[in-house]
Amino acid sequence: MTDNNAPTPNDGAQSTGAVKSDADLANRSTSFALDIEHRSLQQALTGYWNKIRTGDPGALPSILGLVVLGVIFAQVSSRFLGKANIGNLPGQGAYIAIIALGLVFVLLLGEIDLSAGTLGGMCASFAAQGIVSHGIKHGIPGSNLLFPILLAAMIAMVVMGIWLKTYLGAAMVVIGLIVLVAGLDQHVIFALVMSVGIGAAVGIFVGFLVAKIGIPSFIVTLAFFLAWQGVVLFALNGNPIGINNYSFWHGLANDNMSPAWSWVFTIVVVGGYILYTLLHSIRAQARGLAHDAIQLVLVRGGLIAIVAIVITILANQNRNPNPQFKIQGLPWAATIPISLMIVCTIVLTKTTWGRHLFATGGNAEAARRAGIDVVHIRVSAFAASSALAALGGAFLASQTGSVALDLGAGNILLFAVAAAVIGGTSLFGGRGKPRDAIIGALVIVIIPNGLGLRPSLPAQYQNVITGLVLLVAAAVDALSRRRSRSS
Amino acid sequence: MTQPILEIKGLNKSFGPVHVLHDVDFNVYPGEVTALVGDNGAGKSTLVKCIAGINSIDSGTVSWEGKEVHISDPRAAAALGIEFVYQDLALADNLDITQNMFLGREIRRFGFLNDGEMERKAREALASLSVRTVSSVRQVVANLSGGQRQTVAIAKAVLWNSKVVFLDEPTAALGVAQTRQVLDLVRRLADQGLGVVLISHNMNDVMEVADRVIALYLGRVAAEVFTKDSSTTQIVELITAGRSGNIGLAAHTANQSI
Repeated sequence: MTDNNAPTPNDGAQSTGAVKSDADLANRSTSFALDIEHRSLQQALTGYWNKIRTGDPGALPSILGLVVLGVIFAQVSSRFLGKANIGNLPGQGAYIAIIALGLVFVLLLGEIDLSAGTLGGMCASFAAQGIVSHGIKHGIPGSNLLFPILLAAMIAMVVMGIWLKTYLGAAMVVIGLIVLVAGLDQHVIFALVMSVGIGAAVGIFVGFLVAKIGIPSFIVTLAFFLAWQGVVLFALNGNPIGINNYSFWHGLANDNMSPAWSWVFTIVVVGGYILYTLLHSIRAQARGLAHDAIQLVLVRGGLIAIVAIVITILANQNRNPNPQFKIQGLPWAATIPISLMIVCTIVLTKTTWGRHLFATGGNAEAARRAGIDVVHIRVSAFAASSALAALGGAFLASQTGSVALDLGAGNILLFAVAAAVIGGTSLFGGRGKPRDAIIGALVIVIIPNGLGLRPSLPAQYQNVITGLVLLVAAAVDALSRRRSRSS
Repeated sequence: MTQPILEIKGLNKSFGPVHVLHDVDFNVYPGEVTALVGDNGAGKSTLVKCIAGINSIDSGTVSWEGKEVHISDPRAAAALGIEFVYQDLALADNLDITQNMFLGREIRRFGFLNDGEMERKAREALASLSVRTVSSVRQVVANLSGGQRQTVAIAKAVLWNSKVVFLDEPTAALGVAQTRQVLDLVRRLADQGLGVVLISHNMNDVMEVADRVIALYLGRVAAEVFTKDSSTTQIVELITAGRSGNIGLAAHTANQSI
């Protein structure tokens, strides 16, 4: 009996603690208070401000950066804000945006893909060679072995993709394979489809090496960064191929939608966005779920709509100073990356695969214990990234006018990584949005564009300023993470 | 006396020449908190891993609801209704509470995630456990306190109609108030009819919340006692010496193991 008394005082002390904490809780109206209460616009804005302060700044720093740079460059040259110049921006930045969009998948896992740039160059060189030599299957001049190797590698990657359950990636490789075998790659569009298939095949292989074999992605992709530069030389047989004669390819970075279609695009995208967020908010409110205040949704949607409409109106005016022919409408180089961004956003936030990708990037062990096939997630992320990198390569060739011998080499990959990071994607995994890639690419491309308008500021300023902007973005990211940890 | 839901008889496990578990008998009863105690190296983790299907067993039987079963991997354990909440919690910091609770078992509609439904169910699950310390189920887990994280991890485990939950040191890193919350939650789980296994070093927690205590001593079950019949001193003796008074291992067995 004396034994029984021993724990009692202890019990007493702890239950007073319980009473106290219950009293604390009673002060709050209900549990889950934040989820259910209706919030006015002012409260919603305060909540948003708190979110920014506690380490989740979202797109705000990069948009502010964009505005600041815009204001500075408007002082540097009066031509900067001219229609012709602004209309050129998308074409100059689309390849960075698309490569960065792919990198977001990989960065979300806390991995890196250093080979995305040269991979894009390699895929574009295969496409160009296919067009010029009326199908790669007729043999690439100077390197007869390349076709059989490419064929075997793609077949192997289809098998590997199926084995690693990366079905979508494998399907893209199969399509590329069909184009290759049927010799359809003499047509521009099919050649580009094939190049994306080759990209997906490479992605599956990189994913296999990283996720299954366990080589750090930094090393694997560094190796391929070097290797693809050599393959480009093989594929081109040492001669650059101009692509300005192929109107579809040339048009990727240089043509515009017609004014009517530009309006259709703007209305569908912005209207769809507003409609979706509004309905979502109303329905969630009706069902008592957490939601953004309707006023906030309307303000946000309204701002986006105003910006989009103004841009469309300006874009639909003729921006060619030469009276011979008109240049008007939204550039494909803007609408294609934006469409891809929307698709990537839906995939990442609305599908199980996207959710599992975030979980794997946040805590791979937790994901594994939750029954997620982490290897599959990693492999498919690399496949998605590489397929987008291949498309980015096509845009790059389109912008420069040719598939050069060093297409995709140099700073291109680093600019794409910088774009994703400036936009707010974390290099440590688990945090990032496709939106980041687009905004970040705009920031990256606006610097050489703005400086280029003032010939007295020579090229050496570009890299220094780009570097400083990246540094500021990284500092904002680090500081906001420190805040979120300490809060 | 009620029938144990999980019954382990004569379990033996060796790693090479090291005999880690000797003829361990271990029962979990529905509606009770069973504390599994023992010093470092006593074999607690190995026993739990054997039950989870992470380690294979050399001999002995595992029965679930009276029927003998063979648990070959963690999924088999989950399929039976046994969940494990490990010390390192296994939550993804970058996801919110709802997303974590449904990780790997997301609810979908038309092929897309149905976040609204998951959110509703997560809130229901937390409410049914009388969790009142979470102000929003859409909070990111990184922003939660240790106690809240532990609460979410436990709620995640019991969301799936599990019948037995193993909690590995759930209060190890928590402050006083948070320990309180978690212990209350542990008690409520048992009151709802679950079999709860509490693995703990903290005798206060064990004495307060557990119904019965199984003490492991160097791979053997030293004794299985009811907390209402025993004292902290007794249990500490069982843990450190394998025997206390007339209960526990026979003197020669206890000494022989050393």
